[in-house]
Amino acid sequence: MSIVQPLPLASNAASPSGSALGHAIALPNGRFQAALLVPDVHCAGCISRIEGRLGRMDDVETARVNLSTKCLNLVWAGPRERMAEFIAAVEELGFNARAYTPDLASDVERARQNEWLKALAVAFFANSNVMMLSWAVWAGHFGAMGDATRALFHWISALIAVPAVLYAGRPFFRSAFQALSHRTTNMDVPIAAGVVITTAMSLSETIRGGPHVYFDGALSLLFVLLLGRTLDAHLRRRARSGVETLAAMLRQPVALKTSGGAIEWVQPAVIVPGDRVLVGMGERIGIDGIVVEGDTTIDTALINGESLPRRAARGSEVHAGMINVGQPIVVQSLVNGDKSTLSEMVRLMEAAEQRKGRYVAFADRVVGYYTPVVHALAFLTFIGWLLLADSGWSIALVHAVSVLIIACPCALGLAVPVTQIVATTRAMKAGILLKSETALERLSAVDQVVFDKTGTLTTGFELANTGELPETALAIASGMAAASRHPLAKAVRAACPQAEVLHGVQETPGFGLSWMSDNGVWKLGSNAYLALPDRFEAGTWLCGPEGDPVRLSFRSTLRPGTTQAITSLRASGLPVQLLSGDEPREVAAVAAKSGIWSWEAAASPVAKAERMARAREDGANVLLVGDGINDAPAMAAATVSIAPADATDLSLRQADAVFMHRSLEAVPFALDLARASQRIVRQNIAFSFIYNAVWVPVAMLGLVTPWIAALAMSASSLIVTLNALRLHVVRLGSAAGTR
Amino acid sequence: MESLLLLVPVALGLGLLGLAAFFWAVRSGQYNDLKGASERILIDDEETKTP
Repeated sequence: MSIVQPLPLASNAASPSGSALGHAIALPNGRFQAALLVPDVHCAGCISRIEGRLGRMDDVETARVNLSTKCLNLVWAGPRERMAEFIAAVEELGFNARAYTPDLASDVERARQNEWLKALAVAFFANSNVMMLSWAVWAGHFGAMGDATRALFHWISALIAVPAVLYAGRPFFRSAFQALSHRTTNMDVPIAAGVVITTAMSLSETIRGGPHVYFDGALSLLFVLLLGRTLDAHLRRRARSGVETLAAMLRQPVALKTSGGAIEWVQPAVIVPGDRVLVGMGERIGIDGIVVEGDTTIDTALINGESLPRRAARGSEVHAGMINVGQPIVVQSLVNGDKSTLSEMVRLMEAAEQRKGRYVAFADRVVGYYTPVVHALAFLTFIGWLLLADSGWSIALVHAVSVLIIACPCALGLAVPVTQIVATTRAMKAGILLKSETALERLSAVDQVVFDKTGTLTTGFELANTGELPETALAIASGMAAASRHPLAKAVRAACPQAEVLHGVQETPGFGLSWMSDNGVWKLGSNAYLALPDRFEAGTWLCGPEGDPVRLSFRSTLRPGTTQAITSLRASGLPVQLLSGDEPREVAAVAAKSGIWSWEAAASPVAKAERMARAREDGANVLLVGDGINDAPAMAAATVSIAPADATDLSLRQADAVFMHRSLEAVPFALDLARASQRIVRQNIAFSFIYNAVWVPVAMLGLVTPWIAALAMSASSLIVTLNALRLHVVRLGSAAGTR
Repeated sequence: MESLLLLVPVALGLGLLGLAAFFWAVRSGQYNDLKGASERILIDDEETKTP
């Protein structure tokens, strides 16, 4: 599976939103259709403001907001270029808007979900009508229902049930067929087999005028299982589209300088070597290349985990994913846009995925043992009745088939989806989006947790010695720092945000800031920048025209909830490690502060991924919590991965779960929830085995009738569902994670 | 018992009608945005139409 969707080509327009034009699709009669992603819409008020504003614009045919996907769908008559106008109109209302081509995968998913909805409706209709007829027949066994009336009812049931099973069972048949053609087995194989055998046997009984048919059993099995899966898929789609919205807002076009000197916004994929790209202040670099104009500071945290930016001047090599925190620069591309560092990471991720192999869900593994046993028992029943009871082969066959019917995995098939539904809902309420189907299962198996540092455990810097600094010095430092986007400058500014912003501050990238006051020059920066003698300790200093220089010391700010999260992870017996690309001194300091004993520094993305793969080969199940582009391959290689919502698009797409609230306590909460839900899944599966151990012998003795089968089946489904609902009220270790 | 010959088809017919209505609803996209549908009930029709 490719993780990154191919980017659409941009057209040639010289406006900042020019790249948006590529997203518009031409319709007949000179009309166009496009989607804008508006992540902030959340209520009826937002919908009516946006639709009201856009709907009143000239020649706009449709302006409709989809609140589930956070998309505004537009259809308009007139030139393609009006896209820019629409984006501006939405932004005027105070929303972020971005032209967006909906993922093809999500279209496919929606189509499949609609198919399930329809299958569910058919199963419901058929099941309720057939059940109505069945009750009459069952009651008739005790009273006076003539054989002719019974035969009529059976025939009506057959006429409803057979087409309904063929229609509503398609999702199961397809999946079972796929599994069998790959010579594997999954949950859907015994379900499909059970439904088909039950229906076929009932049909033959109807034709022969026999007393017992099981159409209701086959249909209620389909109905209940479809209900569970449809709800499960619906929740998963909600989680995925939430993450997709976050990721799509991060995918940015780059500003290509054309030969004429104009700026053209294009997608990085169309860049060829030699192209020159302008990167403004605070923007993300979209390509790999060398700086040809300008002198700036580059934040490389997303690529290698280094927490402090470094200088990049003419001739410096920069990579896609780094952020320009200083002055605007021009970068000349060295490689094709689709071969950048980012693409290299994607390649590493795919390699890691392949090496990991497909994860086989627990229920599918159980079924691998379950099916052969049940089929052997049915065969034994057939032989037994044929030899011991000396009955005809047709009666022996009926009894053998009734074993298959009673052992039909209703509770087993429901055990996982109902638990997932309840767990996913509870996770969503706590701000955790579970993206992958097997995320809970894999989380429950985790036996060690590895954290990335920059961006995951730490969220920036803060000034550590605010109290020791003279007030005037701090005010001037803060006033100067307001001019820079350097993380340390931001920390100084945050320490004294009320200070007046100073004008005319000069930044020397990689060294510091200077400001000319009425009585002389103030400088804020490194020892080298201030030309301090050797006796001064290395660090960041502020020096005015008179007086001694003062030292500003900094410390990393931990993400909220970090120490609580680490403590509660350790309390539940999980070893915690810190794995970072940053330099050892920084990593050791953060490790000590957050209470992690074991750390590893200066790890490259490849080394990180390699470590995860090795841990897996040693049989360990590692949870990686990371946010950077450099973490993405390791996240693919780890057993399971979690990313914070403010991560990069690559890691958001790779993560199995994403937490929306800032607190790191979401991590122990997710692990607790996963373990609790896996306990319930196991209980449910154990229950369905016990249930079979009771009823299969009854069926082997030939004592099962349709109403017993229906009763047993609904009772088991009910028990499994009620047990799963317990997850709503189970106390989870760190209740704080629910905040 | 003859009443069954009338009542069973009537019951099935009504059920099929409901099923057809549901199919129409799915096909016309009414299930594509359940969250939006639950919020839209709060929007005043006039408000969006009059400038």
